[in-house]
Amino acid sequence: MKKQTKLAGLQKRKAIAGYIFILPFVLGFLAFMVKPFFESLYMSFCEVDVSGKTGFTFNFTKLANYVEAFTVDTQYSGFVTNTFTKMCINSLAIMVFSFFVALILNQKFKGRALVRAVFFLPVIISSGVILGVEYNNSLLSSVQDMIEKEGAGTSVTDAIKNILITSGVGSRIFEEVFKIVDGIYDVAISSGIQIIIFLSGLQTISASMYEAAAIEGCTAWESLWKITFPMVSSLFLVNWIYTIIDFSMKSDNEVMSKVKTTMIAYLDYGLASAMAWAYFLIIIVFIAITSLIISKGVYYYE
Amino acid sequence: MSKTKTNKLSLKERNRLYWERNRKSQGYLVKRTAKRASVSISRFILLFGMCFLILQPILNKISISFMAEEDIYDPMVISIPQHFTAENYQLAATFMDYGKTLFNTFIIALTIAIIQIAMSTLVGYGFARFDFPFKNFWFACVMLVIIVPPQTISTALHLHFKYFDIFGLIKLITGDTINLRGSVLPYYLMSLGCMGLKNGLYIFMIRQFFRTIPKELEEAAYVDGCGTLKTFVKIMLPDAKPILTSCFLFSFVWQWTDGFYSSMFLGAVPLLSNKVTRIGDQLSHYMINTMKVGTGASIGYTNCIVATGTLMVIVPLIVLYLFAQKGFVESLSSSGIKM
Repeated sequence: MKKQTKLAGLQKRKAIAGYIFILPFVLGFLAFMVKPFFESLYMSFCEVDVSGKTGFTFNFTKLANYVEAFTVDTQYSGFVTNTFTKMCINSLAIMVFSFFVALILNQKFKGRALVRAVFFLPVIISSGVILGVEYNNSLLSSVQDMIEKEGAGTSVTDAIKNILITSGVGSRIFEEVFKIVDGIYDVAISSGIQIIIFLSGLQTISASMYEAAAIEGCTAWESLWKITFPMVSSLFLVNWIYTIIDFSMKSDNEVMSKVKTTMIAYLDYGLASAMAWAYFLIIIVFIAITSLIISKGVYYYE
Repeated sequence: MSKTKTNKLSLKERNRLYWERNRKSQGYLVKRTAKRASVSISRFILLFGMCFLILQPILNKISISFMAEEDIYDPMVISIPQHFTAENYQLAATFMDYGKTLFNTFIIALTIAIIQIAMSTLVGYGFARFDFPFKNFWFACVMLVIIVPPQTISTALHLHFKYFDIFGLIKLITGDTINLRGSVLPYYLMSLGCMGLKNGLYIFMIRQFFRTIPKELEEAAYVDGCGTLKTFVKIMLPDAKPILTSCFLFSFVWQWTDGFYSSMFLGAVPLLSNKVTRIGDQLSHYMINTMKVGTGASIGYTNCIVATGTLMVIVPLIVLYLFAQKGFVESLSSSGIKM
């Protein structure tokens, strides 16, 4: 009996210590997240009037903002579907690319440290404003479009595409594949973190497993599918979620810039919040569904 | 046959030995050598291509940044400038007010990174090592912070800081709310409260790391008379050095290049990330007002100055990366993020 009370005392002490440790987060969350979070949710159902002197007033208008975003606004729904399809295709490409690169970078060869350094460089140089700075000059982007148009047919992928189309095999799938090949630079520079995550997973697989498999007569190809793949499968889930969030939050995202212009240029806070929330909800639902599917296939060792 | 012995043999001798061994193994040796060579050659080509793909824009920017304006339109000049000039750098430096801006950016990125990582370490440790009521609920909140894009709540945050108040207390005392927009304070407060740029991610990574430390280590420390705090400082922190360095680097770099929080909270402070986005417009102003060129800056020249400016923003980061690269990459990929 005495022992139990003592344990409870220790547990209590630990609980208090735990709360002290996470106190900064709790305070920050309450102060800077809860209120803006619900306020922005509420705002999306309101007509926000900022012209008043004493701040702003809300007029509750039910779903009017959402209806306006999807039916009245000419650009928004197009942007959302566009970004969404782009996100699906790009995320898939990033997953395949980063897994493949991590496999290569995990092998031993000369100059491996150098190659690794180069592959992680995008984590540093392609973040934040650096990526967008070249394209936010309208003159420059128009010239770039022109160059792209004039250069059509000269690249290898275009030539192959033409051959495929004239011979009658060209279909939608091929077109998407070619789009990815043309945009390999975007894929390469946005998969730095994913490569690191996969690499960290690959290095935790013990070499004895491969040895045992090789002695049993497993080829390298077989052990890739039977050992490597299941062992890092949990990282696929993590990477998938990270990739989608990363993509949806990029500042050069069409939807995000639309939200920003609605908010800053037109001062329509209600509509902007509604747009942001609708977009956010779509992404959350997408993440939930896909991660449910992926987590069915995840294999947990131990 | 020992290795030193083979090395001493002449090339001819070694060749002969090789072919003899090959004959004995019925051609297997040649097959294996060919296979290995083809794998490493194709790997080299692949990696070389991809490295080039990543490095090419930077190399391109470097070569353009040294060109005079006539070189940009000269079809004979491709990558090595004919009229080598450092004028672009001077121009970009004046547009960005480089010295002062660099100093500002450095101070802000450094302080923010230190605050963020210090707080994230505490919180991450708390989540990894203690059991307390509602732990899962709070951790779900961390996940929420990671997932909710700052843009979603930016509207409300914007107004929140414009009419800043803590539960109506300030209004009660002074009779009015404080306008914190345009000052640095809100952002530091947010970083203190773990709500800064990608702060949830650092908490998550640090928590994952602390979870891998064996429980026995902690118990031994407790048995030997260490308190909670002492265990944390003396036992846990030294172990966590690699992950903390990586997180610190991430935080520093992302803060350095961040556009969203910088333009929202730190708009009044000249920062590199704010300045570099305006450099193109500044150039055309400069051309029209100072140089009296009616049409403004030409497209190629604007491109050149923008490239120079971008380069000047990322060069300090690249230098930092070169120094920290080895520890960074190795620590992240070996001990890093175990799920």
